[in-house]
Amino acid sequence: MSEPINDIIKREVKPATDSGFTLSEQNFGFGNQSNLTQYLTFSLNHDEYGVDILKVQEIRSWEPVSRIPNVPPYEKGVINLRGAIVPIIDLRERFGLEFLQHTAVTAVIVLQTEHNGKLRSMGIVVDSVSNVVDVETAAIQDAPDFGARVNTQFIHGLAASNERMIMLLDVDKLMIMEGTVEPV
Amino acid sequence: MSIELAQFHQVFFEESFEGLDVMESGLLNLDLGNVDEEEINTIFRAAHSIKGGSGTFGFMDVSDFTHVMETLLDEMRAGQREVSQKGIDVLLAAVDCLREMLSAIQNQQEIDQAQVRIYKRRLDEELNGATDVTNAPEEDSTAEPSNDSSIGACQESGWHIAFSPHVHMLKLGNEPLRMFRELEEMGRLTVAADDQGLPGLHELDAEECHLSWDLKVVGQIAKDDIYEIFDWVEDDCDMAVQSLADREVSREDVGLAEIQANVDCPVPTGADSSAKKVADKKVEKKQKSTAAKGSSSLIRVDTSKIDTLINMVGELVITQSMLSLMGEQFELEKLDQLKTGLAQLEQHTRELQESVMNIRMLPISFVFSRFPRLVHDLSSKLGKQIELKLSGEQTEVDKSVVELISDPLVHLIRNSIDHGIEMPQQRTETGKPEKGTINLKAFHRGGSIFIEVSDDGKGLDPEKLKAKALERGLITENDTLSDRQAYELIMAPGFSTAESVTDVSGRGVGMDVVRKNIQALGGTIEIRSELGKGSTMSISLPLTLAILDGQTISVGDETYIVPLISIIESLNVVPKMINCVLGKGETFQLRGEYLPIIRMHQIFAIEEPRATELTEGILVVVEAQGVRCGLFVDDLLGQQQVVVKSLEEHYRAIEGVSGATILGDGSVALILDIPGLLRLSVDAELDSVA
Repeated sequence: MSEPINDIIKREVKPATDSGFTLSEQNFGFGNQSNLTQYLTFSLNHDEYGVDILKVQEIRSWEPVSRIPNVPPYEKGVINLRGAIVPIIDLRERFGLEFLQHTAVTAVIVLQTEHNGKLRSMGIVVDSVSNVVDVETAAIQDAPDFGARVNTQFIHGLAASNERMIMLLDVDKLMIMEGTVEPV
Repeated sequence: MSIELAQFHQVFFEESFEGLDVMESGLLNLDLGNVDEEEINTIFRAAHSIKGGSGTFGFMDVSDFTHVMETLLDEMRAGQREVSQKGIDVLLAAVDCLREMLSAIQNQQEIDQAQVRIYKRRLDEELNGATDVTNAPEEDSTAEPSNDSSIGACQESGWHIAFSPHVHMLKLGNEPLRMFRELEEMGRLTVAADDQGLPGLHELDAEECHLSWDLKVVGQIAKDDIYEIFDWVEDDCDMAVQSLADREVSREDVGLAEIQANVDCPVPTGADSSAKKVADKKVEKKQKSTAAKGSSSLIRVDTSKIDTLINMVGELVITQSMLSLMGEQFELEKLDQLKTGLAQLEQHTRELQESVMNIRMLPISFVFSRFPRLVHDLSSKLGKQIELKLSGEQTEVDKSVVELISDPLVHLIRNSIDHGIEMPQQRTETGKPEKGTINLKAFHRGGSIFIEVSDDGKGLDPEKLKAKALERGLITENDTLSDRQAYELIMAPGFSTAESVTDVSGRGVGMDVVRKNIQALGGTIEIRSELGKGSTMSISLPLTLAILDGQTISVGDETYIVPLISIIESLNVVPKMINCVLGKGETFQLRGEYLPIIRMHQIFAIEEPRATELTEGILVVVEAQGVRCGLFVDDLLGQQQVVVKSLEEHYRAIEGVSGATILGDGSVALILDIPGLLRLSVDAELDSVA
């Protein structure tokens, strides 16, 4: 499953034409000329979400986890990822969506971020992985403020692709909020 | 050349610190009335090799300083000087100073010159007080009039130094190149050699110095520091230091040195390379800092340990090839052979694992060796007479334990000296010998290492402790505490029994930190005491932190590991053993003792446990921090060694869980943390009451 995505990552990125453009943080991986950021998109309850592809370590299928006692229900447990103990978070439950029984097609995206010079990994459970899209950094729109009704703290911004809205997630924030860095 | 030298710096520092330890323990062992010549020799040799090493590596401050110490020691050794307590104290202080200098250099920090000068003067005074030998280079430098006035005065522009050594300077073992190198550390250095004084080739003596140099060093440098470098040769050269601003030399004019290297003279070749290094200086510094960074993770390993390891690997390879041969043409008749082979493989793997672990093991003497000094200093400060007895110094412990246990031990020993041992007068009144004893003991028992600090002091008074705790509001009047629980009070945060706060101890921050540190190592601390007779602090620590013997247990469809070391026994209960306290707190009776029951499925919220009635499952009796309880589980699965993996690496700490491990089938099992479980269960009780 991960192979085509790797191919896409390796695909040459077109150099930017708009030279006056300022780079966003998300853009660092592809050098200075690019104003495109690649996002891996996935679906969750018929909505499309995206994460910065440079933060994606790998994509796996769902497998049973070892439960951790006395933690919020969305923290599903830990798995053995080639010798490392990596936590798995159910994103549906995390976002307060209805729980969907995990099946063989349920995907786990393993995200990786650097914190204090150490690489930390975390798996998120999503309905299915969709695509890799190029998003022009300038076209990213801030998430509207819904007040207390909708918690948009993990949403880095909104972008459009094929006339569908993609919610771009802030991976670093997501991982910190999951207590991988500080206890909640 | 100095780039190559930099790689030996680490070794030099390690050896020097070891040398300092030798000197320190040697000085402490010196018996004033009956001086052992060999002991002084040992101290002298250590000082001598530090001096030699530091000279080689260009740490002139250190070698100068050690030189004075060495002179003093040499006189003691030759019997020209009597060994006095004062002399020993001065030398001990000098050892401390030297240690600070070395660690400053190691961490690439500035040496505290003012302090060094104070200690050097004390050494000189000691040296000159008894004999008339004025062998104090330091006095010359203080005699320099401009010296004291210009302390700390920095010149942005830099300095010009006209340096012309006397002809005999090289014969005294002084090497101009080393001084230049030091100058180069301070700022941008340009060197110009003047070879006009050189005689003809047929007249030249290779041991004579006929060159003189013009040195320009640019940067924020105090004049003092420049004098410091030339300190040693001040008597053997003519030199003048002028600030560059005075000479109206603009920085732009300062180019690379032009040196007329004369092949016949030994010095200019060095000067040449030193000039070249001006350009390479940045590279060199960078390398130095990387070398310093890697320093803390070094470990010295006995060769015999490595030999064992190699033997073991050899065996492993043989077994492996045997097995693979068998696999190529396997027939059912060979099943027995295969089983034997696998058994062998298992044994070799285990042995290999043990030997690898062994490499990380260091004798506890690494920690213990600093305590004689601590006791010596503190007891004389407090006016007490204390003897420290060490035993089991060769007990081996994991390197990480060695690093982390030393601070808690310092606390415990300070406590014993300050609170435990009474003043000599008080001791004679109570019929004890005037001299108090502190025993520091290390030994293996089972899978643990025990370190015990015991004193023959006044011991702990449980009544006094309870009163104090009541006053501090740590307990209420209704609490009934056993003596043992009362002792534990001293480890409560903010608790101190000292009547007055001294700078030694009494602030009440020590013992709770000690307990926390020991718990962090997976160990426990226990206090035994007898009023008027003394007290013992007993620390037990796991042998290693990376692997533990575990008992696999199952609850529902989940599997957990209980560290074998905390299990006392496992049993099936019968109904008559079970009692309820206030209808809630389940207890069971084990040989006359009532122990609380912790139900795993409740405390970890495990769904569908196979056993809900206490009689259906198994009670695992565990102990942590002197508290026992029964852990109610469905079943015991088996015992195995597990590799401890951190949960915090990618996740976070979970109460009641100390880590995780990967089982044979690749799944993850959590390792239970018994003290944490006890806390969890207490919290749960509180919740249910509320």
